[in-house]
Amino acid sequence: MAELIATHPFDGILPIRHGNCAAAPFQPDAITSVAPYPGQEAAVSAALKDRIGAPFPAPGRSTTGADGSLAAWSGLDQCFVFGPALDAIDGAAVTDQSDAWAGIEIVGEDAREVLARLSPLDLRPGVFEPGHTARSLIGHMPALIMRTGDAVYLLLVFRSMAATAAHEIETAMKGVAARASLAT
Amino acid sequence: MLIPHPILGPRDAQEFTYLGPATLLDRPDGMAEGAGQAMFDYLYPRDNPAGPHRELWYHEQGDRSWLIVTRDTVTHEITGAELVKP
Repeated sequence: MAELIATHPFDGILPIRHGNCAAAPFQPDAITSVAPYPGQEAAVSAALKDRIGAPFPAPGRSTTGADGSLAAWSGLDQCFVFGPALDAIDGAAVTDQSDAWAGIEIVGEDAREVLARLSPLDLRPGVFEPGHTARSLIGHMPALIMRTGDAVYLLLVFRSMAATAAHEIETAMKGVAARASLAT
Repeated sequence: MLIPHPILGPRDAQEFTYLGPATLLDRPDGMAEGAGQAMFDYLYPRDNPAGPHRELWYHEQGDRSWLIVTRDTVTHEITGAELVKP
């Protein structure tokens, strides 16, 4: 029987570093979408808290579980859970999304400046705070954008767009670094 | 242009696509008596108001919600946005 070799979407592409920013692949064990059926929101939130230690996140927010799982709001009545794979939850559509998305973590003092070149979101520190999450655009690509720390952003794009996303981000990182080098 | 999303706050109009007047939500029953005329009235004659207009916007590059946005067609001032109830 053939032995299949798993390859990550960013093999040979990431990590990269320009100026004070670095971009690296974000590789959770699994990405699971949890979408409560109408009227089941409270029950599913409680079940999720039992399962990973974090409730269903409010719109535009994320919650962190005891085991380090991250539950990020990803649309109306839907969240993505990053961490160990989830089994079925009564009252919700639970689907494995692991191989459908490619995750990038951008870290660095100017990470916000890099993202601001690519996304229409209001990224000012007091508006898009750590723990906030949004579905928006990276260039022309649909993306899930999360701020997980002061200067840490997580981006998820469709896997088929991974190389394009990395290229866009690298171009923006080079631009921000070039601008910073002129400032002295 | 910013659309004041009722649950997500102000978001750039580039994340949205526009459909048309909010009256499109009231689709007539195609099997009812007089459905032909009702469907004609629904589909073809359109108001073209100079002033406040209730219209459908889809947050396609966002949370995939449909909004009814009230926009002044003369000034582009947006005075309200609400979620379309399923």
